[in-house]
Order: sequence, then C-alpha cells, then structure tokens
Amino acid sequence: MLFAYGTSMPPRKATISEFREASISEFFEKNRHILGFDSPQKSLFMIVKEALDNSLDACEEHGILPEVKVSLEKIEGDEFVVSVEDNGPGIERKQVPNVFGKLLYGSRFHSFKQSRGQQGIGITAAILYGQITTARPSQVKTRRKEDDVAYDFVLGINVKENKADIHSEKPVIWDKPHGTLISIPAKGKYQVGKQSILEYMRECAVANPNATLTLVDPDGKSYEIQRVTDVLSKPAIGIKPHPLGLELGDISSMAKNTASSDVLHFLKDDFNRISDKVAEEILSSSGLSGNKKPSELSLQDIKKLSEAFKSVKLMPPPTDCLSPLGSEFIKKGLKSVYEENHPSHYGKPVSRPITVYNGNPFSVEAGIVYGGDLPNDQPVRVVRFANKVPLLYQPGACAITKAISEMDWRQYGFDQKGGQGIPYGPAIIFVHVYGIRIPFTSESKEALANVDAITAEISLCLRSLGRGVKSFLGKKDKRAKIYEKFRLVNTLIPEIGRKASEILGKEVPNLESVISKIANVVFVTEQFRKVADGVEIDMKIINYTRKNISMNLIADPPTGDYEGPDLKWEVKELEPASEFTVTFSLKGKIPDYPGTNYYFTGIDPVRVQGAEPLPADFGTETVSIIETEGEE
Amino acid sequence: MMATDETTRKLEEMVNSIYSMLSSGEIPEISMPSRSKENIVLDPMLSVWRYGDSTVTRSGKAVDGAEYMVKVLYMVDFIREMLKESKSSTLREMYYISEGWNLGKFATQDESNLMAEDLEVLSSLLREDFKLRPEENGASIMGDITIEERTRKGEFKKINCRDDVGDGGYGIPYSVEEDKLRIKDVNAKFILAIETGGMFDRLVENGFDESNNCLLVHLKGQPARSTRRLLKRINEEHNLPVYVFTDGDPWSFRIYASIAYGAIKTAHISHYLAVPTAEYIGITASDILNYKLPTDDLSDKDIAALNAELKDPRFQSEQWRDEIETMLSIGKKAEQQALAKYGLNYVTSTYLPEKLSDLTGFM
Repeated sequence: MLFAYGTSMPPRKATISEFREASISEFFEKNRHILGFDSPQKSLFMIVKEALDNSLDACEEHGILPEVKVSLEKIEGDEFVVSVEDNGPGIERKQVPNVFGKLLYGSRFHSFKQSRGQQGIGITAAILYGQITTARPSQVKTRRKEDDVAYDFVLGINVKENKADIHSEKPVIWDKPHGTLISIPAKGKYQVGKQSILEYMRECAVANPNATLTLVDPDGKSYEIQRVTDVLSKPAIGIKPHPLGLELGDISSMAKNTASSDVLHFLKDDFNRISDKVAEEILSSSGLSGNKKPSELSLQDIKKLSEAFKSVKLMPPPTDCLSPLGSEFIKKGLKSVYEENHPSHYGKPVSRPITVYNGNPFSVEAGIVYGGDLPNDQPVRVVRFANKVPLLYQPGACAITKAISEMDWRQYGFDQKGGQGIPYGPAIIFVHVYGIRIPFTSESKEALANVDAITAEISLCLRSLGRGVKSFLGKKDKRAKIYEKFRLVNTLIPEIGRKASEILGKEVPNLESVISKIANVVFVTEQFRKVADGVEIDMKIINYTRKNISMNLIADPPTGDYEGPDLKWEVKELEPASEFTVTFSLKGKIPDYPGTNYYFTGIDPVRVQGAEPLPADFGTETVSIIETEGEE
Repeated sequence: MMATDETTRKLEEMVNSIYSMLSSGEIPEISMPSRSKENIVLDPMLSVWRYGDSTVTRSGKAVDGAEYMVKVLYMVDFIREMLKESKSSTLREMYYISEGWNLGKFATQDESNLMAEDLEVLSSLLREDFKLRPEENGASIMGDITIEERTRKGEFKKINCRDDVGDGGYGIPYSVEEDKLRIKDVNAKFILAIETGGMFDRLVENGFDESNNCLLVHLKGQPARSTRRLLKRINEEHNLPVYVFTDGDPWSFRIYASIAYGAIKTAHISHYLAVPTAEYIGITASDILNYKLPTDDLSDKDIAALNAELKDPRFQSEQWRDEIETMLSIGKKAEQQALAKYGLNYVTSTYLPEKLSDLTGFM
C-alpha cells in the first residue's frame, strides 16, 4: 500500500518485499509520471516543489518563520543544479541517509497528520531522478541549532538495497544557526509563466504569508516574496489512525511494526477511538484472540479486523488535529500576492467546519478577490490548494474545478454560458482543501479526486463567496443609485429652475418644497477623485427634510490605508437644505474605489439615504459560524 | 410657417408651464403623445397616419426625466437666440454646439435630432420655425417643372428642372416652403419617385421623363422631409399623382409608407408631408416571381423587418399583408436594377409601362 497513501488509487497488490526485489530505479523509470517527473519542464518544478514543501512543513512543525531560497544554476546543455536552502530545524546527522536516501522512509510514514510533503518518497525520488538523468550525486548540508557545526553530505541512492549511497560526509562551518540546503543535479528545462517554479512560489506565498521566499533563476535574476505577517501557523497534530480511514495494507504494516505485544493492546494503543469496550467488541466480532501477536496476523485475519471495524460503533476522529490557514492568513496571502491587480473587493474568507470522509477529517476554506484591474472578459482565475500546497497541474481533473464549473455563478453577477463551466469575471477564486489523507487522482498529487463529500463542502464555500460578491456589487449599485438621486435633487432640479427662469427673465423660484417632495430624506453621499497616491473623498450630509436633524456618522473605507483622526462625525441640528461636508483621503493604489461604507446612529433609519444603521458588532472582528475554527 | 415672435411666444409658453410647476411646489413634468409604432392611428379625414391618444410623461422625479427637461430648456434657449439674431443652424451644428451646454449636452446626434422633433410635437411648430435644418441630402428632381428658388443672395432665381440643369437634376433644398421655393409651371402628368440613384440615372439616360411626360424624383433612400414635402406640394397644388418605384425589400416598403401614410417619427406632421394617394409600383414580391428577377436571400434583419411590418398598423391592408407574406415565403428580395437582366431599356420600354397601366389593380 505504499503508494496508496493520501490517494484514492486502488490498493496496489505488491508487497514491500516484492517491491524491494525489483529494481527501484527501473520501477522509477517506468513510473516517473506517477510521481510527477513526466516532462523536462515539470521535473525541475517537481524537485523544487518536493524540497520547498518539506522545508515549509519542517518550519511549521518547529514554530519557525520560514525563509527559503530556491536557486537554479545551469551547468551545461539541459543539465541544472537545483538548490533549496531553508532556515528549518535541520536534520540530525545520523538521520540524513534515511531521510534523503531511502524511498519510503520518513517520520510521517506511520503518523496520521496533515502535511504538505509526500509521504517519505518525494525528496528521495527527486534525488533519484537527478541520479538517473545526470549520474551525479546530490549534496545535503544541514545544521541543527544544538549542533556546533553543519554536516555536508554528498550522497546518491543505492537502488538495489534502497538506501543512501554516501559518497562523502564532513563537518563544516556554516554561519546559519540552523537549516538545510539540498542541491540536486538534474536534467530538465526551465520554464516561465504558467505552471512554472515562480508561479508555484507565488502561490505558496498566498498560503504561507509568513514565509519569505526567494527564487534565483538560471539567468541569475532574483525574485523575493517577503513575508507579510510574523504570525506562526498552527502546526497540525499527528493522530493515531482512525480504523475507518485505513486500507488493508495499512493495517497489515501497522501490525508488523507495532510495539504492542498482543492484538488487544495493538487495537487499544495504535488506533484512534478504540476504547477497551470497543476493542472487545472488535475482537468478538472478528473472532480473533486478543492474545495473538500482531505480527502473526495473517492477511485473512487483517481482513476480519477490517470488517469488524465497520461493524462496531466508532466515534469519528478528532477534528482539532488539522491546520487550516485561517481567514487572516488567507486575507493577507491574497492581498500580498494579488494586490498588484488592485482588486476593489477582498471577499471575506469562508471556512467550513471540519467533516470526516472515510474516517479521515478534512475541511475546506476559500477566499476571493474581485474587481480592480482583473480582466472582466476572461474566465475567473482559480487557485487551488491542497494541504497548503498549490496545485498547478491538471486543473480539469480536479474536484475544485468541478465544483466551480457545476455551480451557476450567474446568480452572483458573473457571466457563465448556460450556467455551467468556469465563469467569466474579474475574480481570483482561492480554494484550500486540507485534511489527513485527502484523496488525489494520482500519487503526484496534482488534482483532488471527485469525492462527493468534498465537492459538497467546496460548493458550500463557493456559494458563500458568490453571495459576498453579489452583495458587494449590490452595494455598489445601491451607492450609484443614491448618488443619482442626490444629483437629481442637488443639480438637475436646480438647473431646471435656473434655466427656466433665465429664459423667462424671472426670479429663480424657491425649490425646497419640490425637492422635499422628491426626496424627503437626509442624504449621505460622496464623490471621490484619484490623486497620485490614492483617492480623495468628499463626503456630504445634506438635509432635504423640512426639520433640523442630528446624527452620528461613521465611515468605513473598504480598501486603502487611512491615517488621521477617526472617521466619525457628530452632526448637530443640521438645518433643512443645508449640508455638512468632510474631506478625507486614502493612500495606496486604488484604481477602482468601490465607495465608502457609511453607518449612522441617532436618527430614524427611514429618514436617511446613502448610509446604513450601525451594525451592533461594528468594529469587532466579524464572527460568523463559517469562520475558521481553532484560530488563535 | 410661424412668424418669429409667434414661435418665441409658443416656446416661452412651454417653459413657463415648467416654471409655474416649480414655483407652486409641484414636481415638474412634460407630457406629449407617445411617438411609437403602437400609437399611430389613421386620420379618416386626411387618410394619413398620425399620433393617437396615448401619452408619455417625463417627470422631474426621475433622473432621466429631469435630464430631459434640462436639455429641452437648453434647446429652447438656443432656438430663441437664433431667432433673435436671424440665424439658422443645421441639426448637426446644434449637436456640436450642445457640447458647451454642460448638463444639457447630448450624448449622440440621434438624441438631439429626436428632441428637435419632440419640440415640434410639444409646441405644434415645425423644425423650420426653429431655424433648424438637416444637411442637404442630395435628393433631386428632373422633368419639366419650373420653380423659383430664393438664393442665399435673397433673390428668386427661375429654374426649369429639365432645361436648366445637368443630368443630375435639380437639387432639392432643405426647405421647400413658399418663402424659399415657388412652383411656377408644371408640364407633366405624374411624378415617379425613385429609391436608388442608379435607377434614377437610368431613367434620365433613357429620357423617360420626356417620353412619358413625367417628373422623376430621386428619393435617395428614405426620403428627407423636404423631399416628401415637395412631393406633397406638387401633388396638392398641381394634382399630379405620385408613383413610388423602389427596390423589392422590407426597407423599400417603409420608404413607400413614409411617403403615402406618414413616418412614425414624424406622425405629428403627417398631414403636412404625406401623399395619401401615392401608389407603389414595385418592385413587389410578385414581380420577383412574375419577372423571374435575380434575387438575394433575405437576411435575418430583413426577416425581422418584415415581421415588424406585419405588426405595423400602416401595413394592415390585404394587399400589403399579401406582399409581405409572399416575400417571407419565397425568402428573397430583389433590387430595382435587377431588371437590367433583360437589357438596359427593359425598365423603360416594358416594366414601367406595364406596371403603370396595371396600377388600378394594385393597392
């Protein structure tokens, strides 16, 4: 079941020992595509991805703000050296051969935990790919903070015995207090644009706004994406496997490797949600003896156990073991990477509660940016993430794309032919599916499998995003209407009066009663103009009623930076037909200012147009049931 | 035509009604007949189509209505100034001048043209009274008719529209009212109004005006007001019947309708422009079949236009419905010049004589 981890592939029939007997190199050659090394362009990309994913995982696990530098150096022809250097915790010297030299090693092999990286295969596969294509070893330099020196390894992979082939190992001075550098020589093709390394790193920055990522391309050009927050992400917690989330091979390999001496303890200690009572039930249902040694369980016995798991009542797995990005990270990540499009609307990120699929907890969170310079006449851009890793390949096969295509976006103000397919509009939709063993279509983890339970959760997120865009557009519309009405009473009617009197050579009539017939309200309206470093806003309160009015007004600009006294005003005894005016400015690049939100208190809501009653929760971070759970 | 101060008085009356609404605290509004296809009715006395009773009200309650009023006021002011200074302007000039009208500025020339017509409807005056004129559109007349035209020097110049002009004929000016154009002498039996320049030239070259003792008028597509007005004057003042000769397509039917019944846009002055006795010679859908004319397929737009005509009150006579339905069923249209299939003289030697002698049977 080696390759079944985290996938929905049918369980492989080969056993570990069979696998070891075959030439791993030969196996790898034949199955490159399964691991993602299927084209020269993609191979360099995969190496970076494997190393970068591991770095981010390690930093997250150890509470380090990640700083990762990726560089590609062209050696000759199509031969490159790909180096990834992080400030992670470093690796203990004696573990290096295992971590980098052994397929299927990895501390995560038996832990059930949400993580970015492949389950003990990715980075070794990358080194093996380098070795096959260039016949050269890789270099690993690593230092833990408790060590005085770093260790510099030159290693390859002994494919016959599935272990590291250490060419050299020496202690070296490294001014970095802790971290790991890996350099892999490999054949490939460096690509820019879509599905490129830079694109991958940019999207990584969306999901990891607390990371500083640097890329030095083969021409020596360097790109740095700086962190926008110093908040650490909450690490995922490893849990014991839940019985319902396991394939036969998983149970079999757990039985071989367990520290428990009998089946009863194996059940009680190695699985999640199996109490004494449940363990007894399982034993009686399967007809197995609790005293049997786990390592002596036959395949038949394992099958009986697995059947018994389904027959007893099990609590679902715990849900607090996952690590969501959380709405702050999503907001900051989207803002830092997509700010260059100057969106006029950052949708409120939505998160679904954690649910269980096949015995494994998972959840979905999503965000959207809308408007600004984003093109109106193009399909929306979809950025897909699984366990904090961007998915750049195979969008068509992915459950996220499917969920988006199957939703009717027209109801939310998007263009969409026939109400299906990727909608058109100025938007970037961000979807993150995370969990333990979320199902992919293949081992290279490029597309999420179409599982109803997951697609349904994605759809719920998307609806919520859609509603947000619709209400944003509605507000914009409403503001435009209010402004029109204001222009009517403030400009057009007076102009009719002025021009008619001019033609007739008469006095301009008093228009107050006409105007209050048209609009017997207090208007709150604004006009804004672009200035070099932002927008300047003129806000006006005009009393078109026939009585003096008093009110409090609060302005809440949806975008841009504001500095200065609070945007709060107290208006006292404003006389009919008179106005209260304030000018304030917002800094930042704001090409498409959507208009300020105005809220009032202290006046009858039916007498005000252009502002809304102050919501009770204004100023506090808005909380709703779909907000991310478990955030600090 | 109204005297200048009478025009000014009528316009100011209109402005005053807006002013009084404002000063008495009422929301101002302007009402006038709806200028749509749905609101034209046959005037039984005059046999022309004019606007019916349904009205449109534009109110200052809405931005559209208020903007409309601002524009009307600016236009009225502009016309008043022109009258005061004895100037005139083309509709296009007015559109450009409106650039400086601030809130009264027009978005398109169509908008300003329509509003000039609205103003006619509102004030029961004519565009000529407002000193607004269209561009010259190049329509012309050829035949033995003598007129006197008041030139820009203010003198009346006598012109015979066959002997004193070249092969292009006499160019019909933008105004053909008595103060500009006097009809002195007409020596012809009927008027043949022709849609296309090519056919007009053919008939001129073949000497059809002389051989058949008639006046040839080049309509130049949908005829301008002054062209229709001139047809009307010759028809009324000298009792010449008018025959309309066009392409055989839905747009040509509309050309005929605007001459005979009055156009929808100008239904307020149909009594002044339309020649209810005008007859349609062709090309008809039956001509396409009878004369085996070369054709083009009807386009989607053509089909939509024919279907719209089936709903147009002006085309409800049995003959018209037959024609339109026949054209829809054969799915073809033909140009006047398709008659050249049988030789350059065919139209003058065979087609027109046949059609003219048939006329009592058609329409």
